[in-house]
Formats: sequence, C-alpha cells, structure tokens
Amino acid sequence: MTETVIKVKNVSMHFNLMVERTDSIKEYLLKLIKGKLLYDDFIALHDISFDVKRGEIFGLVGLNGAGKSTLLKIIAGVLKPTTGEVSVNGTVAPLIEVGAGFDPDLTARENIFLNGAILGYSQKFMASKFDEIIDFAELKAFIDVPVKNFSSGMYARLGFSIATMVQPDILIVDEVLSVGDYRFQEKCEKRIENMIQNGVTIIIVSHNVTMMKKLCTHAVWLEHGSMKALGSAKEICAMYV
Amino acid sequence: MFKCIAEIKKYQFLIYELVIRDIKKKYRRSVLGVVWSILNPLLMMAVTAMVFSTIFRFQIENYPLYLLTGQIMFTFFSESTSFAMASIIENASLLKKIYIPKYLFPLSRVISSCVNLLFTLPALLLIIFVTGQTVHIEMTAFIVSLALLLVLCFGVGLLLSTAVVYFRDIFHLYGVVLSLLSYATPIFYPEKIIPEEYQWLIVYNPLYYFLDAFRETLYMGMLPDIELILRCAVIAIVALIIGVYFFNKHENHFILYI
Repeated sequence: MTETVIKVKNVSMHFNLMVERTDSIKEYLLKLIKGKLLYDDFIALHDISFDVKRGEIFGLVGLNGAGKSTLLKIIAGVLKPTTGEVSVNGTVAPLIEVGAGFDPDLTARENIFLNGAILGYSQKFMASKFDEIIDFAELKAFIDVPVKNFSSGMYARLGFSIATMVQPDILIVDEVLSVGDYRFQEKCEKRIENMIQNGVTIIIVSHNVTMMKKLCTHAVWLEHGSMKALGSAKEICAMYV
Repeated sequence: MFKCIAEIKKYQFLIYELVIRDIKKKYRRSVLGVVWSILNPLLMMAVTAMVFSTIFRFQIENYPLYLLTGQIMFTFFSESTSFAMASIIENASLLKKIYIPKYLFPLSRVISSCVNLLFTLPALLLIIFVTGQTVHIEMTAFIVSLALLLVLCFGVGLLLSTAVVYFRDIFHLYGVVLSLLSYATPIFYPEKIIPEEYQWLIVYNPLYYFLDAFRETLYMGMLPDIELILRCAVIAIVALIIGVYFFNKHENHFILYI
C-alpha cells in the first residue's frame, strides 16, 4: 500500500463577500451602519474530502468558479480553510504562475537567486544549480538583462526552469503547462514525465480535458464548491464532458 | 517563539536576498549609486541648516551635527515603517501563490532601511571631523539605541502592514502622521523652545526618547542614560508585542484582501 501524501478532510471555505469589497474606512463605516457588513456568506468549498497517494497524478476538473484554484491554494498552504484540515506530507513546489515571483527590475541572474530563496533553498544550493537552470531555460545570452525586458515566453521558461529544477515530493500545476513554443513545451512535458517516473505526486488543474485524460490517474470533479464525483481520471473525464 | 527563530534561520537566505534587492533597486541606474546614501543626508542637512540658522537663529552648539543625528534617525523611522507598511501589498502576487512566512516582508524592509542608515554613517563621521567635534569611544554606544529603534520600527511596521491590507486609507493617513511626527520631534529645533503647555507633545512622543538616546551618544559623545535606554526598550517591546499580536491575528486572512 502506498502512503498517503495529501489528506484533505472535510474542508470548507467560506468567503465573506461584503467585507471583501470594503477597501476603505469610509466604505467600512457605511456598511457597518447599514448592518450589511457581516452577512453575505459565499461558500467556495463545501465539505471536500479525498486522499492523494504517492505517485498519483491527481486532476481537478470543473467549470470556472467551481473552487479548483481555491482548493489548490489550500493545499499549497497559502489559504487556511474555514473548517476542516489538510495534511501534506512532503515538500510542495507550486509552479508559480508565470513571473509571479519575479522582480521586473532585477536581472535574470538576481531573479534566480531571489526565486530560489522564496522556494526555501539555500544560496549554496542555488549556486550549484544555477547553470542548469539557465541551460534549461535557454537564456544564457540574457543572464544580466532585467527581466522586464524579457518576452513572455522567456519569462515563462525561466519560471518553469526554476520551479522544476529539483524533484519535489508534490508538484502543483495550475494551468501553466502551455508555456513557450511547441519545442519548449515538449521539453517541459519530458521533464514532468521524468519526475513522474521518479515518483512525484502531481496535483493539476486544467480545462484541457484531453490532456487530463492522458496525464492523470485520478480526478475529482468539483461543482459549485462541492464534490460531484471522485474516481479514476478516465471515468471522471468521461462524465465531465 | 522558538519556532519563529527556527523559521528565520531557515529563511535567512530569503531575508538576505530581499534586503539586497531593496538596496540594489534603490541605486540601480544612478551614476553615483551608493554615494547618494552619504550625499543625500548631507545635502538635506545643508539645506535645513541654511534655512534655520539664518531665519530662526537657534542657540545650538554644533548645529550641523545636531541636525544630522536627528535627520538620520527620523529618516530611518519614516522610511522603514512606510516601506514595511506597503510590503505585504506589494508582494501580493507572491503571497497568493506560495507559502512564505508573511512577516518576512516587513522584517526585510526594516533591515534594508537599517543597512541604508549604516551607509549614511560616513556622512556623520565627515561632519564630526569637519566641525572639529572630538571623537569619543562612547559614541559607538549608539548601536544600542539603533537596535531598539529597529525593534520599534518592526513592531510599527507589522501593525501598519496589517492595517493597510484592510484599509488602504492608511497609506495616505500615515504620510500626514509622519509629517506631524517630524514636527513634534525636536529634530531641527532645540527642545527648550517648546512652551510649557506643549511639553506633552514630546513627553508622549515615543520617538523623542530614541532621538534623545541617539543624541546623547553621537552628538554629546557620552554613554546613554540607563533610564533612557530602559524607556526606549519598554516602548520598543510594547510596539513589537502590539504589532505581532495584530499581525498574527489577521495574517491568515490577508490573502482575501490583497
């Protein structure tokens, strides 16, 4: 029996829509007076439970607004669920959305170190991986160029290259596999396949059902924040389409 | 507490990188670069000294040094707290994607302002030599008050960065508060000129005590008064506790508002 790496147990996430829209004291006071402040509960996730085992490629499918990204954020530890709990066993590497961790004014070299630090690696480690990252991203000529001058493809290549330079236990992928040209995409896919062979667990969100069918082993279907179905990727995708 | 120290240790490379980033960005593409850290306070001091020594004629011995100590200290406070205030919002895109202890951002901002202050020390030395002030070994004791001020700034920074996530108004408000503080603190005037009925202005101004401690060492060249240092320590620790309390209470919800 393979071990469970991610355990999602009765997770619910509520947002307070009214409070979220108050950005200034004036609005806040106005709403407080009107008594509208506290009650407009929006349930983004309702009682979600599932286990992910080591080596599984786990897909999340559902329409826009079904709560997929919210669930990913909870698993990544960025959001705390309102009720329920998530236990994660192992290192989580989120494939940071293109360029989110970059500082546009810094050069590629500086950004690699900054990004590595954000992901929790040491300076020594980053220095040893530096060449590999640059090689994979094919940006040798642009090492000392501020990344604000990069094209979107270069941005994405650098981001992908940093995020996948080490084998994490769990990789979180939120609709970012479509980076760069077809040649680089092939390279990305190869790298991910490599990781799969080495036993990485992947959680993936995508609207691309064909890809999900091909890639995933298990899937969960979310609808309006509730779990509609859970099972093997083939079944779920067939039901979903 | 121990968890926090272990966490800081784990992320020390990140803190280092964030501090370096702030400093690099500050001087990128300027010809003189880091020299501005020395030049800027000197020029500011020269301008203020020109204005106030001709118009008001304060009776202060070695006015340039008096002014510079005040300005360096106040600049550190205002710069570090306003940068720390913005730090959570500025790094919103990052905080939404990946788990990082959030207090690292205000912390690194305060540290980078402190490094900036250290860069301005040559300016201070220059003024000490030029004005013929004798150098005392006791002057190095300013490190103690600087360390305490750092704690104060971090506490205030935590509080402000929490508040500003919920109310962006604080951005605008804090600018006004800072300019109020800069007048309520005897930076460019002698504290003797404050009339009796307005003494409360400095008695209740926490920055006044830190300024006093700074001046005792750097301006007067003595060891700071123990009682004064204790006062500063109490203020700093109270500010830190308040800051940590509010930050901790709300940090899990930041992501919904940034």
